[in-house]
Amino acid sequence: MSSIGPDGIQWDLVVVGGGNAALCAAITAAEAGARVVVLESAPKTYRGGNSRHTRNFRCMHRGPLSVLTDEYSEDEYFEDLLRVTKGKTDENLARLVIRTSEECLPWMEDHGVRFQPSLSGTLSLSRTNAFFLGGGKALVNAYYNTAEDLGVQVHYDADVRHVGIDANRFTHVEVNLEGKTTRVAGKAVVLSSGGFQGDIDWLADAWGPAARNFLIRGTPYNKGVVLRDMLDQGANSVGDPTQCHAVAIDGRAPKFDGGIVTRLDCVPFSIVVNQDGARFYDEGEDVWPKRYAIWGRLVAAQPEQVAYSVIDSKSFDLFMPSVFRPEKAETLEELAGILNLPKDAFLQTVDDFNKGCRDGDFHPTELDGLATTNVEPAKTNWARPIDAPPYYAYQLRPGVTFTYLGLQVDETARVSHSDGQYENVWAAGEIMAGSILGEGYLAGFGMTIGTVFGRIAGKEAAAHVG
Amino acid sequence: MSVNTDSSNARPLDAIAEARRQLEVCNACRYCEGFCSVFPAMTRQKAFADGDITHLANLCHNCRGCFYSCQYTPPHEFDLNIPAALGNARQESWSRFAFPSAFGKLFHERGVAVLAAVIVVTILAIWLVQSFPLGGGEGFYAFISHNVMISIFIPAFVFPFFAIAVGLRRYWRETGGKSVGVSHLIIAFKDAATLRNLDGGQGQGCNFEKTDRYSDTRRYAHQATMYGFLLCFAATTVATLMHYILDMPAPYSLLSLPKILGLTGGVLLCLGTAKLAYLKTKADATLGPSRVWGGEMAFILLLFFVSATGLVLYFVTGTTLVEWMLPLHLASVFTFFLLTPYSKMAHGFYRLAALVREAQLKR
Repeated sequence: MSSIGPDGIQWDLVVVGGGNAALCAAITAAEAGARVVVLESAPKTYRGGNSRHTRNFRCMHRGPLSVLTDEYSEDEYFEDLLRVTKGKTDENLARLVIRTSEECLPWMEDHGVRFQPSLSGTLSLSRTNAFFLGGGKALVNAYYNTAEDLGVQVHYDADVRHVGIDANRFTHVEVNLEGKTTRVAGKAVVLSSGGFQGDIDWLADAWGPAARNFLIRGTPYNKGVVLRDMLDQGANSVGDPTQCHAVAIDGRAPKFDGGIVTRLDCVPFSIVVNQDGARFYDEGEDVWPKRYAIWGRLVAAQPEQVAYSVIDSKSFDLFMPSVFRPEKAETLEELAGILNLPKDAFLQTVDDFNKGCRDGDFHPTELDGLATTNVEPAKTNWARPIDAPPYYAYQLRPGVTFTYLGLQVDETARVSHSDGQYENVWAAGEIMAGSILGEGYLAGFGMTIGTVFGRIAGKEAAAHVG
Repeated sequence: MSVNTDSSNARPLDAIAEARRQLEVCNACRYCEGFCSVFPAMTRQKAFADGDITHLANLCHNCRGCFYSCQYTPPHEFDLNIPAALGNARQESWSRFAFPSAFGKLFHERGVAVLAAVIVVTILAIWLVQSFPLGGGEGFYAFISHNVMISIFIPAFVFPFFAIAVGLRRYWRETGGKSVGVSHLIIAFKDAATLRNLDGGQGQGCNFEKTDRYSDTRRYAHQATMYGFLLCFAATTVATLMHYILDMPAPYSLLSLPKILGLTGGVLLCLGTAKLAYLKTKADATLGPSRVWGGEMAFILLLFFVSATGLVLYFVTGTTLVEWMLPLHLASVFTFFLLTPYSKMAHGFYRLAALVREAQLKR
């Protein structure tokens, strides 16, 4: 039952990975007539990589399209990307992704994906991002069903350990399946097995020992085995090997797979202190959607990679509920005790902050300019004294979303090495996203890269074996 | 904290607490907002009072879209199974609201046994009555006199409606319901008539019997059952009016209103319940109140039996088989009505109440 087709069968296309990009490639190739096998390292219940945690697709459009309102031009989209990446992008590939996204949305609908209007609390994205009905797992389910209907063979718990390459050509993969190493031969391969954030040792090597205290927001199955195997064999890399995208999340989240519910939106209305009871950054620098990403790094730089966001009762209803209930206390002393913070230092911090607050109009939904005076660091918006009990605190830790290191591809998704390109190796999704997203993140863009390059890789691979 | 590895088997007392735990996770995610009314309703609050849980539980139509889309289902440590959690809370609420309470509890614990006992006793009773020469009328009344039939069925009609009314009042109190306006009723009846909350949010259907693929089969089977039942009910009502007001006692001809309504309704009810029972065997029992799976199934089969014996009765009219079929049919109808406040049939009333309450809250 574990055999992958008849012995010695050579598949037209072997797809390594089982997330959005992998399935887009598998479906596209199968529709072009290729015999496709998908090797997903996760068990069926956890299939889909990080795609199962996603919720939307950032899409260019020249007029209202499906659930998307108004228009979102190529140039505006590209400028949004430039802003978050600070220019660390391949303009050619980035514009290819952006331009192609518009035709992807109807393609996704044709292949079972359903969209819904923006979720409550995300109206700011209704023009740029199309939300999946039921979220990313529903999208993943739809693609698996479509692939199955097309005759694609899917294997779960199929852990690819090695990509066999002879000179310039892919020949086979070695896959651990039910405790046995199996050789699966194919005429072409699409590598779409994500980044390496699931491998904590690798993260610690790259980032430093502090990374052992990071939480991983997504799948534990992205261990970068195939990525490392390819790099060891001389494939060209892109992206900063030491960096990962980390946001500040609830510190009580599970080590892996906590996903969306672990996010905390309270920072702009709070003061954030480290375990020494000291503030370390302007909590009110900008609206949270534009700042949550930098807070991952900020917290990572604190002792033990932990911090505490403290609010009072005035602010409790200003943000979305968290999955974990906050610590609650009637006095700041009591709160310091619960959080195990040095009491005097913490009280001094709050006192200094409160003294720096001034009267003015508070507007939770816009930059209100309500800033502190003579407080270091200043809080430049939404600065209100922490003085109305009960007091609440949430623990913050860095939560890793993805890593930047990947395989270099061209506009046909083909992977290259120092002497040129492989004849029959393509890559799609997180494993090559570093080409386009060299720094930062743009909501819904990972799914766009995966969809666009998954389809390209599937088409190119099918044409190659055709 | 209790370690409960199988939330679908939560004990009734834990049902609200477990639903609350799960809803707090959902409320921080909200990916499922597009499926049904439950998720938008959930976002109205950060903390859930018992009445909020009861409302959401009764609003849930068990379409299961949220389960198959959820990234936190077992083996994930968040262990979400919203269809089961709300199903258990819903079931527990019906047991709690039932009047008289003791009977609600008894039925909740021993539904199938109670149902079987009532049917058997009723059949015996009718046979007993039949053996006395009380007939003398035409059609069915040759076997059971109209007055005997009426003296059995009036209480069997009136009592359940009274019991349901008490239950609904308790429900309305717990969920904080306000006085009902026409606009609320219009919205609620429209939602019930179309089973909007079973259509997956976009008409693609629910995830009942085909796991992560959508299907409208259950919605259509339920529509056939619901409209079939209503047509049968209308047939009885029309016949009653004809009997008492127009002085036109049964039997009625094929083209009479009671027969047209009754036959159409009977066929719909028969097909609908047969399909619902079949679908229930295909669906994953752990995504609902699995403890009462048997009771729910027995109720569907009872409804099937009601419609099937009714149809058979129509076709054997004029033969001696009526003598055998009539008690079976009447006993099943009697049992059905008598157990309405305690069986799955109660869901229709509480669901409608939840839709009315939701129409109020959505304002």
